[in-house]
Amino acid sequence: MLLNVNTDGAGGRCSVAGGDVIAEDKRIASRAEDEQVKMSIRDLNFHYGRFHALHDISMDIRLNRVTAFIGPSGCGKSTLIRCFNRIYELYPGQRATGRILLDGRNILDNRENLNLLRATVGMVFQKPTPFPMSIYDNIAFGISLYERLSRAEMNERVEWALQKAAIWDEVKDILQQSGTALSGGQQQRLCIARAIAIKPEVLLMDEPASALDPLSTLKVEDLVEELKSDYTIVVVTHNMQQAARISDYTAFMYLGELIEFGDTASLFTNPLKQQTEDYITGRFG
Amino acid sequence: MSVVMDTARFQRRKYLNIMVLCLSVLMTMFGLFWLVWLLWTLFSQGLPYVNSTLFFKATPPPGGTGGLANGIVGSLVLTVTGVLIGAPTGVLAGTYLSEFSRKSKIAPVIRFVNDILLSAPSIIIGVFVYEIVVVPMGHFSGWAGALALAMIALPVIVRTTEDMLRLVPDNMREAAAALGAPRWKVTTAIIYRAARSGILTGVLLAVARISGETAPLLFTALNNQFWSSSLNQPMANLPVVIFQFAMSPYDDWQHLAWAGALLITLAVLGLNIVARIILKTPKMRK
Repeated sequence: MLLNVNTDGAGGRCSVAGGDVIAEDKRIASRAEDEQVKMSIRDLNFHYGRFHALHDISMDIRLNRVTAFIGPSGCGKSTLIRCFNRIYELYPGQRATGRILLDGRNILDNRENLNLLRATVGMVFQKPTPFPMSIYDNIAFGISLYERLSRAEMNERVEWALQKAAIWDEVKDILQQSGTALSGGQQQRLCIARAIAIKPEVLLMDEPASALDPLSTLKVEDLVEELKSDYTIVVVTHNMQQAARISDYTAFMYLGELIEFGDTASLFTNPLKQQTEDYITGRFG
Repeated sequence: MSVVMDTARFQRRKYLNIMVLCLSVLMTMFGLFWLVWLLWTLFSQGLPYVNSTLFFKATPPPGGTGGLANGIVGSLVLTVTGVLIGAPTGVLAGTYLSEFSRKSKIAPVIRFVNDILLSAPSIIIGVFVYEIVVVPMGHFSGWAGALALAMIALPVIVRTTEDMLRLVPDNMREAAAALGAPRWKVTTAIIYRAARSGILTGVLLAVARISGETAPLLFTALNNQFWSSSLNQPMANLPVVIFQFAMSPYDDWQHLAWAGALLITLAVLGLNIVARIILKTPKMRK
């Protein structure tokens, strides 16, 4: 079975996975279908004041796939996904140049409405950030920003989101309690529920499980697997096993550059670049 | 050898520790001594004259019977009006500084000027309001007093509001913005909610601060021997009543001054306690 992964742009790669065990992986079977591009990044550069944090990043994020970003701390992976919903705009002195095409529309354009963009490209953060309000209102807050729902519809949507985030059973009897009273793992799933409640097209996850215990991590990972049929998911992670477990594509970044990008199976088993190999085998230095 | 040396150093450190500890305890006692003395004098001199007449009768002429009712009511009216002017302005200004001015160059200037206002002698504010309100109006008035008090409360509220809003972590702002919430919605629905008790505490502390101010009222609301419910007229208020009665040669006026001083102290103490309780409540819920 021969595979061709998109090769355009700096750092893209062409890889061939032979008829080994990995080729039997279900992810590869699905790849036989037409793989649509959801987001294309072209020549993206990012600056924190004078610090040049990202250098000429170009890559494609596929529709309904999980794309993982790995790399050592400070390599720019979080910075990169913070460009995808332009959340960096909250801070002075941070700017991105280049193009990020979401379904062909350049979201770095000045005319882009940031609020609408962020409603389309949702985000889950490293630290759980429940709002200081009830569990129900935590979910309803985002929904009521853009949709006018009746009480019944809202109840239904809140339940749907909590179900989807695999936390419904734990909170269905305490919906009016404060979201801040939940445990860390529950808070993070609440935040995921909040993000998917507004039905974004892309879901960005910035180290969603790094502050969680192994059991909660497992739940979040299962969730990602579950959600990818409906959403295009981008995950930043420090945990390479996690990237290998949950993602279809993996990008390795180092010092603000995209070193290697390809389908997860071949990147982990047969990296093309020496730096990638050193990093995934733990011989980084 | 090293063991002996270490022991010597350890001994030296131990004595130094005891010395500094004693010194800090002594200094604390020194500070507390004056406070306790002050409170004791206030209670022993003021408490005998706290009775129902104090709350129901207006200030008497020398030798007559009366209370501080007009002063108490006037102080309440002036303070509440002052806060009604100062609090919304202060909270909005603090919100601007914390939430909306991150990319602006004028914010540090505003912050600096606010800090100057914060430490401005209150008598200067009194004279300033005298010049811009009392002189054009031609007479002292409650409005002028309320305005002066508002100007003293304002920088306190601006400062505490900004500080309290800044205590809300940025990832809360990011989380709300990431849902597509516009800036004003993030501020009003999320950030205010998170900082609510802190902002309220700031306002209460500002109330405590202005309820004892005398100097700015001397030049603005002045005083009134009689009932005065109109803010357009000079208005009675406890601090100025205390000032005038305490300076008088009449025993009964001086007694009333003591009682009034006690009342203000108790009110400020009460406000501080309430502020502390409010600030602590959300933590207890967790």
